[in-house]
Amino acid sequence: MSLKFKNVYLQESASVVGPYEAEGPLKKYFDKKYSDLYFGTNSWEKAEVKLLKESLELLLKKSGINKEKIDLVIAGDLLNQITASSYAGSPLNTPFLGVYSACATSLEAMLLAATFIDCKREKNVVIATSSHNMSSEKQFRNPTEYGAPKPMSATFTATGGVSVLLSDEKSKVKVESGTIGRIVDYNQKDPFHMGAVMAGAAADTIYRHLTEMNRKVSDYDLILTGDLGKYGKEILIDFMNEEYNIDLTKNYNDCGVILYDTDRQKEVQAGGSGPVCSALVNFTMVLDKLKKKELKRVLLVATGALFSPTFVYQKENILSIAHAISLEAVE
Amino acid sequence: MVIVMVNKKYEKIVKRHQPKEEREKNALLAFLVGGFVGLLGEALIQFFCCKFHISRSEASTFMMITLIFIASFGTALGFFDKLVNFARCGLLIPITGFAHSMTSAAIDYRKEGPIYGLGSNMFKLAGSVILYGVVSAWFFGILRLLIGGGA
Repeated sequence: MSLKFKNVYLQESASVVGPYEAEGPLKKYFDKKYSDLYFGTNSWEKAEVKLLKESLELLLKKSGINKEKIDLVIAGDLLNQITASSYAGSPLNTPFLGVYSACATSLEAMLLAATFIDCKREKNVVIATSSHNMSSEKQFRNPTEYGAPKPMSATFTATGGVSVLLSDEKSKVKVESGTIGRIVDYNQKDPFHMGAVMAGAAADTIYRHLTEMNRKVSDYDLILTGDLGKYGKEILIDFMNEEYNIDLTKNYNDCGVILYDTDRQKEVQAGGSGPVCSALVNFTMVLDKLKKKELKRVLLVATGALFSPTFVYQKENILSIAHAISLEAVE
Repeated sequence: MVIVMVNKKYEKIVKRHQPKEEREKNALLAFLVGGFVGLLGEALIQFFCCKFHISRSEASTFMMITLIFIASFGTALGFFDKLVNFARCGLLIPITGFAHSMTSAAIDYRKEGPIYGLGSNMFKLAGSVILYGVVSAWFFGILRLLIGGGA
């Protein structure tokens, strides 16, 4: 389902990152960087809460908005029961909605926020998401100090917190339209190849967005998927071409490949992942370029693997979903 | 809204872009590092035998304790996981891998306290090794009894 928004604008964003992201090619776009993964706390989970909390505080400071003026906070993350969002959102004392679409969470939140604003129910809505390499590793894979080798197709969960303020007040960047993804099952079972799991969802959402909005790939300056990684990106390009006859070779890229320098930062293997991975690219560098009008219209496609270790051990396929948002530079 | 679409075309594309693992290189590395751990073990046995004038079987117990200590201590100091990541099965298959799996789990889960955290999660990875180790030891013990009369 695609939605067109009339009066939704992206006001400001704030980002806090960990050491790996701070060494990556986008370092100059991040508001706050840490060199230690504990972020001054004593556990990975608390560290993730701190990341998200700081990004929310920074957002309030940067946008100069009083927290009483915020009508709604919509947030989500990867931790069980989306606890990082709850603990980070609690001090704000605003109405709160927790959401989950795995690594597509940021855009699910944005779709909801834009809908609330567009139908004039709310004025100022904050969306926020986070992930932490170690807390994800501990929850989804092995203990963090366990050095089990991973296949080359594995991706690396990004560490960071991102918050974005949306409102109906005109700004330089407009949230122009969006497409709510469908849950897709392409018979994928490999938890170490999320790119292959999610590329099918990205293809479905991009195709539906273009047909429902009656647009072409060339109507966008840039199409960005969330965290497919090196190999997932190749899968998507080939699949779009063979299944839908859509050429993505010219103006398409993947946030997981942009966030890190995959040649130099070998530990990230196929690229970045996690809910914050796409947000750290979309709402820093891409937002900046839209504000400067270097990009006119961008299609963000956040991809999420709806992965649960329990279901994988019970031999079920890994499902995936992708949500899309189109951002436009305001003339 | 679940769409079950078993798409052969998609699986074919995924297969086409599957990165090639360097199996030969990994196997050779594991062979060399694993061999070195074996050599180290033998050297330790000889050392304990000569130094403390104990039997070979007693010395091999001390050798194992020493290797477990090295692996656990290295895990606690935070460099052993990087070595394992590099040498892969060369360090995971020997007793060092077993010690590493327990120590790494213990470090991660101690934040949830001594009972619900460390105690119940320390054997998260090692539990399977212990269970199937004991079961297969029993099985081979029976085989040995039946074939060799327990000798």
